[in-house]
Amino acid sequence: MSRIDDRFKSLNGNKALVAFFTAGDPDLSASKDIFLVIEKSGADIIEIGVPFSDPLADGPVIQASAHRSLQNGTTLKKIIELVKDIRSESQLPIVLMSSFNPIFVYGQQAFVEDAVNAGVDGVIIPDLPPEEAGEFLGFANKNNLDMIFLLAPTSTPDRIQMVGEASKGFIYYVSLTGTTGTKEALAKNLEEKVSAIKSKVKLPVLVGFGISGPEQAKEAGQCSDGVIIGSAIVKLIESHSDPVERNQKIAEFISGIRAALN
Amino acid sequence: MKPHKLPDSSGHFGKFGGKYVIETLMPALKELEQVYEEARNDPQFKKDLDYYLKHYVGRPTSLYFAERLSEHLGGAKIYLKREDLTHTGAHKINNTIGSALLAKRMGKKRVIAETGAGQHGVATATAASLFGLECEVFMGEEDMRRQALNVFRMRLLGATVTPVTGGTRTLKDATSEAIRNWITTVESTHYIIGSVVGPHPYPMIVRDFQKVIGEESTEQIMEAEGRLPDVCVACVGGGSNSMGLFYPFLENEEVRLVGVEAAGLGVDTNKHGASLTKGSPGVLHGMMSYLLHDEDGQVTEAHSISAGLDYPGVGCEHSHLKETGRAQYVPITDAQAMEGFKLLSQLEGIIPALESAHAIAHVMEMAPTMKKDEVILVCLSGRGDKDVNQVADMMGVSL
Repeated sequence: MSRIDDRFKSLNGNKALVAFFTAGDPDLSASKDIFLVIEKSGADIIEIGVPFSDPLADGPVIQASAHRSLQNGTTLKKIIELVKDIRSESQLPIVLMSSFNPIFVYGQQAFVEDAVNAGVDGVIIPDLPPEEAGEFLGFANKNNLDMIFLLAPTSTPDRIQMVGEASKGFIYYVSLTGTTGTKEALAKNLEEKVSAIKSKVKLPVLVGFGISGPEQAKEAGQCSDGVIIGSAIVKLIESHSDPVERNQKIAEFISGIRAALN
Repeated sequence: MKPHKLPDSSGHFGKFGGKYVIETLMPALKELEQVYEEARNDPQFKKDLDYYLKHYVGRPTSLYFAERLSEHLGGAKIYLKREDLTHTGAHKINNTIGSALLAKRMGKKRVIAETGAGQHGVATATAASLFGLECEVFMGEEDMRRQALNVFRMRLLGATVTPVTGGTRTLKDATSEAIRNWITTVESTHYIIGSVVGPHPYPMIVRDFQKVIGEESTEQIMEAEGRLPDVCVACVGGGSNSMGLFYPFLENEEVRLVGVEAAGLGVDTNKHGASLTKGSPGVLHGMMSYLLHDEDGQVTEAHSISAGLDYPGVGCEHSHLKETGRAQYVPITDAQAMEGFKLLSQLEGIIPALESAHAIAHVMEMAPTMKKDEVILVCLSGRGDKDVNQVADMMGVSL
């Protein structure tokens, strides 16, 4: 039973709130503060983004955030140190979200071992679908690191089955055909798509990409097991240079989403 | 496994290739695989493709014996495969005609493309115009400046050219932006990738549409010399003209295959595009291949005088050919390419694209070391009209 599974169990059917931010934006010590503020404000799981020079699944907001973070010299090694540091004050499930190349260059086995030792519970690697994940899954499963795979509106029934079987922790359902932060109303067929997944997959199904406020969160939460919010938080970090004000805005935002989901 | 059997059923060339993309695109790649498989077994598709290649593109292109260049260099006989003579002036059109036919077959009404030098963008815009498809081309802002003429050509052809302002504003970023656009529009849009890069099945499809270069060359050199060449030489950015030339020769182990990479200001500086010479395996743009990246896995900037070679990655089949030793890859600097550009213009009356000038520059080194009865076959992948302004600039001539 992973920390992620435990968390879902303790929710007792309430909707999960997963929050994302990029590590190292504006800097790594701020990242720790941001983490703790998000935890206090009611998130159930926190996704820490590993910056990459060429993030293909990300829209402009997270691309810019990754760029700022890399300018600050953030590396995967430093992010694993950050997690170690956070673990001295928090037991909230932590998921790293990264493009594959930084992990591949780090070394897949070394990464899995170091991440798990530091206290990472799961990983999301958007450009590593199950077809290419064989080697990584071997290390992840051996070390009890949950690998969370994505499903999308374009996923066919046989892919839903296959991805559902490969995934651990939860399913990340990409609510729209697009990159992160796409501003649109929630897809009209969201409910239908999520129930199609839930009929085939036992894991909790969480909805992400394009959820930017309490109303969308509430709507998405009604047909799923919870929501993932990223770009909206990253935007708050980008637009508030004063740390006190920034943390306060993040706290208000997360509490608002929490209230909408309950 | 013999190289010609690759990729395997999972889209890999040895450890390279694959499909490293977000789930949203996986079903579209599967669909493309199926449609392509049907198309290549459909005689009507082959007939249509051949028709357009012959009557529209102007194939077969000639294989021209560069007598004065051969004599000047004083060694091997040099033959030029004249892809510069195709409609739009570069080999890129071989792939875009085939890919646009695939788009039609899939019922997709919109195509998108990335472009570096603008040759693939022009070739895609041309095919889109020919088949009545909507077309959007993503191009780095820096490349739009370097290749203003091609930007105007694409717009004349009815395409939308979207500037890409992220990163280094060159081919890498244009490719990233095209992939992001495809993630958003995948249900209505076919992405026409310009080189043997990207997730499976792209490297295979683009190679197959380009292999006409090598197939024609084989016949033509047999006719001219009664035997296969000793060496095939072609430039490698993503590597589509070289893959197209090399592929039909892979099984003929006695034919040496040499790919020429952009060494920019030199491979010992950080200003080059020589991913096979100086890079290491990594994942970018949906495939595992040689890549220029740092010790943290962040992709580094490439540099080349030629926008078409200014790319930190390279086609995954080339990575495989390098690892198996079937092909060799050599670097040529900006300055050497300029010499090739001038020499071919002055000796043969052919102004080559700066990309192709890299191949010529390597031939300048190689030919004098070879015997007079030996044969080099070079792919002259494109013509240099697009580069004339830039070259004039570099020579300090104001036009």
